[in-house]
Amino acid sequence: MSEPTAVKRRSLMTRLHLRERMRDRDQAIYGILILGALVFPLATLFITGGSTAYIAQAAHAGTWVLLAIGLNVVVGFAGLLDLGYAAFFAIGAYTYALFASSQLGSSPLHHSFHFPFWLMLILGMIVAATFGALLGFPTLRLRGDYLAIVTLGFGEIVPVISYNLPDWTGGINAIGGIDKPWFPAWITGPWAGANSISIQQDSVCRNPFAQTQFIPCFSFGFDQVAYYVLIVILIFGAVILVTNLYRSRLGRAWMAIREDEVAAAAMGINTVTTKLLAFAIGASFSGFAGAYYGASFGLVSPDDFLFVVSITVLVMVVLGGMGNISGVIVGALVIYFILNTLLPSLASNAVSLANTLGLGSIVASNGTYPGLYNEVQYSQFLIFGLILVLIMLLRPQGLFPSRIREQELKHAAVQEEGSAVEEGVRV
Amino acid sequence: MALLELESIDAFYGRIQALRGMSIRVEKGEVVALIGSNGAGKTTTLRTISGLMHPQSGSIRFDGRDITRTGPSSIVELGISQSPEGRRLFPRMTVRDNLLMGAYTRDDRPGIASDIERVSTLFPRLKERRTQIAGTLSGGEQQMLAMGRSLMARPKLLMLDEPSLGLAPILVETIFSIVREIYSQGTTVLLVEQNANKALEVANRAYVLETGVIVQEGTGHDLLASEAVQKAYLGM
Repeated sequence: MSEPTAVKRRSLMTRLHLRERMRDRDQAIYGILILGALVFPLATLFITGGSTAYIAQAAHAGTWVLLAIGLNVVVGFAGLLDLGYAAFFAIGAYTYALFASSQLGSSPLHHSFHFPFWLMLILGMIVAATFGALLGFPTLRLRGDYLAIVTLGFGEIVPVISYNLPDWTGGINAIGGIDKPWFPAWITGPWAGANSISIQQDSVCRNPFAQTQFIPCFSFGFDQVAYYVLIVILIFGAVILVTNLYRSRLGRAWMAIREDEVAAAAMGINTVTTKLLAFAIGASFSGFAGAYYGASFGLVSPDDFLFVVSITVLVMVVLGGMGNISGVIVGALVIYFILNTLLPSLASNAVSLANTLGLGSIVASNGTYPGLYNEVQYSQFLIFGLILVLIMLLRPQGLFPSRIREQELKHAAVQEEGSAVEEGVRV
Repeated sequence: MALLELESIDAFYGRIQALRGMSIRVEKGEVVALIGSNGAGKTTTLRTISGLMHPQSGSIRFDGRDITRTGPSSIVELGISQSPEGRRLFPRMTVRDNLLMGAYTRDDRPGIASDIERVSTLFPRLKERRTQIAGTLSGGEQQMLAMGRSLMARPKLLMLDEPSLGLAPILVETIFSIVREIYSQGTTVLLVEQNANKALEVANRAYVLETGVIVQEGTGHDLLASEAVQKAYLGM
């Protein structure tokens, strides 16, 4: 008889400590992430002797982190499956590209704008949020799979529109020559000097209306460190915002709708505005990311916003631990690393491994066999798929799930264990 | 004037009529029971009152206001809350968060905190389990949480839909003694039950509902003694 009691006591202990453990775990993840964000650029600059290539890649990964944080609001918090998230990313990027380049000069408008990046960051956010709410309206009555299909359609429409409006968006030729972010010269600081590594003096800063240079300024130019610092600050701000949202009354309302919409309505939640807010707020982060993306690459093309982008962000969210912000950030970084570093270098690594093992015979091509390098190169996405399947088998709840998910799984395990013990006693 | 008054309500699910000219009233400070078999329209009545569905004709008045076409969120704010059929908790939210959801329309922090205390005194089990997620509670605990959650709105009228459903007899006793406790603290209760015996014991007045029509009305005591009710619902 003592055994079931022991199990019960253990399950109670697990529950009591889970809360503290999970909080500690999340704090540890944030600590490591912040430390990593600080040490990474210094370390790579030191190791590579001043090359900023890795820093550029890390800054690019940051865009994906922002996207994942935003999609997590829609999918993880409110439980609305959105398969067209890239559309909002596109809307943010195009908003910046159109109003911070010469593009609109050759459009039917015949007037180009050069609004400063900082203003457009906010505007991109507002425009994306507006489109988020617009998409939300017709989908309010839909749930689950049906909602997913409509958002999928929206995600397809946006790149198609930009392909087919070449007068405005440049179509397949994309929008180039997008302005770089800049600071007015009167903002002084360690970065504003002539020898600064981050910011270069630049002459592109123009009055957004008169298109004449009107203040001396310092532009980011192509300096990757500056972009890296910018994206880290943006992510930091986004995490603080989303964490507060999660703990707010609105955050609880999202969760309630995710759990049971009818019950949520019976509690007095206005489900219409709450769902629209989830779409709008989720979209606003990708608007943010889009403006940053346009500025850092200087080129915005419809090809950057295809379905695969939406799916990749969704994979980052699910694999990282849906609903848990720190988990989602780690998920985004892991997937980005696999897709952009691990897989592309796999082929050459396989060749050198084969050579050191003395298996030179499998390296060379032979008849229909294309050689080890090409063979691995061709199967990149097969390997990616295998990695995803493996991770989901080993950690079905995601890499770092929220406390709720963990408790749910623990409960199931304890129950099974408990009933097994009881059966044992009965026998 | 009655706290709640339904007058000749007709309600439909698509083309199927669920309520036919139904009229009931609940006075302030009463426990009113609505009994009837499966499919009689008990839950439909509650859904119509709480604004989750609207009647085709007839009117609903609450506290002197017409709420026939009012939406569910405004109705909660006016002071009607319900513990729905099948409990409908938020299974992956903690006990505490579930309770807080009940107080969603309120913004008086001290009041909410003191109501959480009040609910914890009514249901000591919930206090022990406040950080546990609702889906992992036992059936009885879930029913307690559903009732506690609906109390968190500090309602003038509390509607309980089948609170004894699927519970062990001992827990049914507990639940009904808590209904009495809630009533004695001054909350008006509209109780929907299949367990007619228990419901009539608690209720001041009761209505018997059959295929969308009120067929009998009286004090709980009278109905318990009524031959027709005994035959149909009490298995005597």
